[in-house]
Amino acid sequence: FRCSASALTPQLKDTLEKLVNSKKVVLFMKGTRDFPMCGFSNTVVQILKNLNVPFEDVNILENEMLRQGLKEYSNWPTFPQLYIAGEFFGGCDITLEAFQSGELQEVVERAICS
Amino acid sequence: KHQGHSQEQVEASLTSKLNPVHLEVIDTSGGCGASFAVEIVSEQFEGKRLLERHRIVNAALEDEMKEIHALSIKKAQTPQQWKPISEDSAITTPTTDA
Repeated sequence: FRCSASALTPQLKDTLEKLVNSKKVVLFMKGTRDFPMCGFSNTVVQILKNLNVPFEDVNILENEMLRQGLKEYSNWPTFPQLYIAGEFFGGCDITLEAFQSGELQEVVERAICS
Repeated sequence: KHQGHSQEQVEASLTSKLNPVHLEVIDTSGGCGASFAVEIVSEQFEGKRLLERHRIVNAALEDEMKEIHALSIKKAQTPQQWKPISEDSAITTPTTDA
């Protein structure tokens, strides 16, 4: 079947806005930073640990409403989803590429030091 | 027989929507058809940041994404970015390492 109703209610949107702004770096992932449940989520955790960045991890496997709402909020269909300074930065591939180029470190530093 | 989307379907959607000059879709699922890696070179990425390019690819596969468990976009380049690398990679590969 096809579900056309939006998962992103005004209340959920409000909640997500607060959530992504609650910390400078927020990672929505499958599992937790200590027990990632998927290789893609694990990759981003390892990158953030490598950069020694303080971040909030949110396990989307525990909240189906959050999971569906975030896909719409971010306009991004998969997880993990990395937010920096309240803005969607990317998924695993973008984060990895930005880490390798040094761009991620710059963006994170700018966010944390502002 | 096939539950997930086949590699051919992913290729067909990307081809018809993004008119790529180079496209490589790799089934990384080990056969179940639910996990893909994609390399794509298209004029439509011109002037777009990487995040926007990935969004274009995701949007082109909107229907397939409902069943794909994992999509890895390894490369999303413009023809100008792609050509020099494929023709003489030794010369044009940029290094920022000291």
